[in-house]
Amino acid sequence: MRAANILHLGMKELRGLGRDPVLLLLIVHAFTLAIYTASKAMPETLNRAPIAIVDEDRSAVSARIASAFYPPYFLAPSLISQQEMDSRMDAGLDTFALDIPPGFQRDLLAGRAPTLQLNIDATRMSQAFTGGGYVQAIVSGEVDEFLAGHRQQTVLPVSLDLRARFNPELDKGWFGAISDVITSITMLSIVLTGAALIREREHGTIEHLLVMPVTAFEIMVSKLWSMGIVVLAAAAFSLIFVVEGLLAVPLNGSLTLFLAGAALDIFAMTCLGIFLATVAGSMPQFGLLLMMVLMPLQLLSGGVTPRESMPDAIQLIMLAAPNTHFVMLAQAVLFRGAGLDVVWPQLVAMLVIGASFFAFSLGRFRVFLR
Amino acid sequence: MTPQATAPHRVARLGNVGLSYGRTRALDAVTLDMPAGCMMGLIGPDGVGKSSLLSLIAGARAMQEGHVEVLGGDMARSAHRHAVYPRIAYMPQGLGRNLYPTLSVLDNIDFFGRLFGHERQERERRIAELLESTGLAPFADRPVAALSGGMKQKLGLCCALIHDPDLLILDEPTTGVDPLARRQFWQLIERIRARREGMSVIVATAYMEEAARFDWLVAMDGGRILASGTPNKLLRHTDTSNLDAAFIALLPAEKRAEHHQVVIPPRPADMDGEVAIEAEHLSRRFGDFKAVDDVSFRIARGEIFGFVGSNGCGKTTTMKMLTGLLEASGGQASLFGRKIDPRDIAVRRRVGYMSQGFSLYSELTVRQNLELHARLFGMSAADIAARVEEEARQFALVGHMDALPGALPLGIRQRLSLAVATIHAPDILILDEPTSGVDPVARDGFWRILVDLSRRRGVTIFVSTHFMNEAERCDRISLMHAGKVLVTDTPVAIVAGRNADTLEAAFVDYLEEAAPVEGATESVPEAPPSQEESPHPHGRVFDLRRMFAYTRRETLELLRDPIRATLATIGSLILMVVIGYGINMDVENLSFAVLDQDDTAISRDYGLQLSGSRFFTERPPLAGHADMDRRMESGEISLALEIPPGFGRDLARGRPVAVGAWIDGAMPMRAETARGYVEGMHMAWLAQKARETYGKDAARGDFQLEVRYRYNPDVRSLDAMVPAVIPMLLLMIPSMLAVLSVVREKELGSIVNFYVTPVTRLEFLIGKQIPYVAVAMMNFVLMMAFAIIVFDVPFTGSFATLSAAAFLYVIVATAMGLVLSTFLNSQIAAIFATALVTMLPASQYSGLIDPVTSLQGFGAFIGRIYPTTHFITIARGTFSKALGLADLASAFTPLLIAIPVLVGLGVLFLRKQAR
Repeated sequence: MRAANILHLGMKELRGLGRDPVLLLLIVHAFTLAIYTASKAMPETLNRAPIAIVDEDRSAVSARIASAFYPPYFLAPSLISQQEMDSRMDAGLDTFALDIPPGFQRDLLAGRAPTLQLNIDATRMSQAFTGGGYVQAIVSGEVDEFLAGHRQQTVLPVSLDLRARFNPELDKGWFGAISDVITSITMLSIVLTGAALIREREHGTIEHLLVMPVTAFEIMVSKLWSMGIVVLAAAAFSLIFVVEGLLAVPLNGSLTLFLAGAALDIFAMTCLGIFLATVAGSMPQFGLLLMMVLMPLQLLSGGVTPRESMPDAIQLIMLAAPNTHFVMLAQAVLFRGAGLDVVWPQLVAMLVIGASFFAFSLGRFRVFLR
Repeated sequence: MTPQATAPHRVARLGNVGLSYGRTRALDAVTLDMPAGCMMGLIGPDGVGKSSLLSLIAGARAMQEGHVEVLGGDMARSAHRHAVYPRIAYMPQGLGRNLYPTLSVLDNIDFFGRLFGHERQERERRIAELLESTGLAPFADRPVAALSGGMKQKLGLCCALIHDPDLLILDEPTTGVDPLARRQFWQLIERIRARREGMSVIVATAYMEEAARFDWLVAMDGGRILASGTPNKLLRHTDTSNLDAAFIALLPAEKRAEHHQVVIPPRPADMDGEVAIEAEHLSRRFGDFKAVDDVSFRIARGEIFGFVGSNGCGKTTTMKMLTGLLEASGGQASLFGRKIDPRDIAVRRRVGYMSQGFSLYSELTVRQNLELHARLFGMSAADIAARVEEEARQFALVGHMDALPGALPLGIRQRLSLAVATIHAPDILILDEPTSGVDPVARDGFWRILVDLSRRRGVTIFVSTHFMNEAERCDRISLMHAGKVLVTDTPVAIVAGRNADTLEAAFVDYLEEAAPVEGATESVPEAPPSQEESPHPHGRVFDLRRMFAYTRRETLELLRDPIRATLATIGSLILMVVIGYGINMDVENLSFAVLDQDDTAISRDYGLQLSGSRFFTERPPLAGHADMDRRMESGEISLALEIPPGFGRDLARGRPVAVGAWIDGAMPMRAETARGYVEGMHMAWLAQKARETYGKDAARGDFQLEVRYRYNPDVRSLDAMVPAVIPMLLLMIPSMLAVLSVVREKELGSIVNFYVTPVTRLEFLIGKQIPYVAVAMMNFVLMMAFAIIVFDVPFTGSFATLSAAAFLYVIVATAMGLVLSTFLNSQIAAIFATALVTMLPASQYSGLIDPVTSLQGFGAFIGRIYPTTHFITIARGTFSKALGLADLASAFTPLLIAIPVLVGLGVLFLRKQAR
């Protein structure tokens, strides 16, 4: 009897969603176009970095260095004068400016170890960090080649064979696509349930339900399963057809395991949606609240920047957010091909968080219905 | 159809007017001449096109077909509309729908005064006079939300009359108002008409007894005019004695055929014994407000019990307590002798409830609605089909089973609501104003069903109503006022007890006794309004006073909505903290482990190189390749080093060896950084070993690269992020607030004030924008203070430059919101659309993380034109690069261009009329 109520009320939610073109459009957009464009637009860490070269030497070796910077890592370097360097960096035109001093080639050949100056615009954190190493490696390579045969080997013959696993090219689009799917899951889980509840209250239909032999538990669960299944289906579709299909991101791991994780994440997030809807008095307040909640969830979950580099307090707090665990699980399963033996702690964590969210939201929901 | 074709002058002429909403035809070939200087009534039930007709005459809605001429000009012409706005006053349907519920009475009238451009003195004089004459003066500071329905309507009238209109259009002004307030309202209108001769009044009403007092009537049905003329003429024409009957007689034959008199058989005597509903000293408080105060009554099984009273007198609250929707604060209620317990599901099976307004699922068809409710009451699948068919027949829904409720006329929808409420054959029906806005024929049909349920099936019916003829049909009625029951008895006894002619007169008598305060309107100041013409600067294209009227009102609303105001101010600060700490590019504490297959002093030395660094944290060594795979898969380590067997030996002999390093590439950004670190460590280790092996000379390389991290020498993430996060937040929150400010008015209905007053589109938009620009600037100052004091981000450039740019930028941000708002009609869509339009471009395409020059494709295009890009340039320039206005002039240009473009687009797309 109770299960039947939950089923019928959930079917009602699905029918209602089916007649709401705006929400349908949002779902489609969030899981297709948004992911595709964001992933395509996201450059690799060092992609088309703007570099300028002040060539005061005008020698063979300086020309060689200048010609070694080319797309995709760097934009073709602008050759500028010493005076232009500061103003161009101030205006944000260049991230890197390499100054080759006069007499560089002469000193180099004479073994006087001349100094090159590399200016990095450190306000551009992403390029500043990795770019410096690249520039150094490129310049070294050119200089070595230039000097090849001229000098005696003084370096130990130890090479570093460095490989990136799981994403050999370090293509940011791969990771971006998955974290966008996770963002969409989080957003829609909250929005669909929360908006459904607020709309129902604004239209007075929730009151109508309450005079029938239906409990708050049944109403809430019906909203969770119906909206959850929509988000889960959309996420699966997106992963298979958009991420793996259109974007050609190789997914190593088990899709089933990922979706199981997604289901738990959705469970917790839909509970959160109900909770927010009970706190917000009206749709606009819900909207503002949504922004306040979505941004931290997205930014601090580890989906955008690594968790390790956040302050300890934030790392600790974010352990209470289901999608922190979901991001861990997604990375492990989809990229590293991890199995249940590896990700079970995340599944358990999400289950615990989801259950406590559920209990708490149900309490709030009961008060809200008074 | 125009019997008074010879009338000397007319206030409005309609020729062949038609109007459709999608596929619904609201008006069809309406041709009508409306005489000037008199009181006209549009009569007919809800949904027949009365409101549409009035909104066309008021200029609130755009014309579709035909021709409407009002006050001597064509309403399709915007120049004429602009000229006559100050001569027309329009009060839309719905209690206080065009008023602002959080503002006080005074603020509301003041707002309308400003819209019509009155000078301060003139405005104050008019407001004082209007408040005095309507008896609202003692309540001037009360928020509109706390007014009774009657007072709201009086206030609406004040707002409409502030500019001395020549044509007053009132759309159902007395629906939902108690009989006393209704009487006072019409007295007020009479006095105003006496003072302003020549003023024409057009009223739409569903109360026929009111219409009987008007000069001239138009009867409407199904978007068409049935008849027009004086009330007497209509009565003569139809050969009836009252307008209700006349209206029914005027209906097309097929509709009339549905109508039968409601006959109420006496109650069978054997039912009297059992008490179905009992309330004892029932009370309910909301804060200090006593919504229901010590109410007691007893309803016998099978009785039809009526509740009569104005809106907000406690009827609905009492009914909700009886259904268990609300808990009583005091006293108790019981159904069939069982105390009501909201947790008792079993009671709900015996009760059917119909809430005020339509509360079924508009997204489900009629059949689906019935089936859903049947299922929720636990009927078996086999019974459901039969029961649904039975209900469909009984409530005459057979032909509509697959229609959506929203597409059905109100009368049918109410029948559906009743069908849903009775699907489980309850013993008690609690119906909250089930017939509001329903036409007389449908109402009578509805009552026949009620009578049938009560008399034949013994269902107890507890019903509230505004209609006196319905109250008379009840076995007994209670009159409620301000939370108290004034009297409970049979209708006949109540009339007799007050020596009144009608039930209405008896009620007015009771109400006057109970509510002396609201009756204070009788002291009418006789001072006539000054005849000096008001300035009416409506010809002006741009009027500062009108613009500031919106600014002032928006500000007041924001101040009175503490949740919105707090979220708008503190919200951005919270987000800044989150993002400031969250988007951190510093990669530290990367976990790594070593697979040392050599295990010599030198191989351990290689590993130590990493573990000594603050960037790396060492984990227990790897046992083998399988262990490495497992620990990398689980994400426990991000870096694995493999030192091959014989590393030390080969190194000593100068044979080439390779150290393997695997980085977890799942998170590319972190991997890139880690790669840089590992390479750096490797080089450093080599240099050190070379020194040990080859002596001091080897320490010098071929050349040296001196790296200068400019603007942020410590390479602190926070210093780099904060100047870019402030622009992002200054875009998102202000634009969202701006969108909502307009869309909210559209959704709640107060946008109609913009449609029918002389405010221009530019005044409206800029007036609304100003407060949000102010809020955003406040945000800016707060965030700056926090960034500099708490985050300790060095600020090196010109603060004046940054502030000027911030000012321009928030204008752009709010203008973006306003442009969006012109396309959107619901608040929920507005929130999504704003989030989509601001969040992604501001965080991904504007140089927050990756410089715009490094983007590709569409994202790069957006990045180049998006305002956030340019403001980030300015913010980073002033924060970190010690720049001033001269250096950043080129980033100002796009912002300066964006303002007129966006405001222009807003004006272009904003509609001055509903469509």
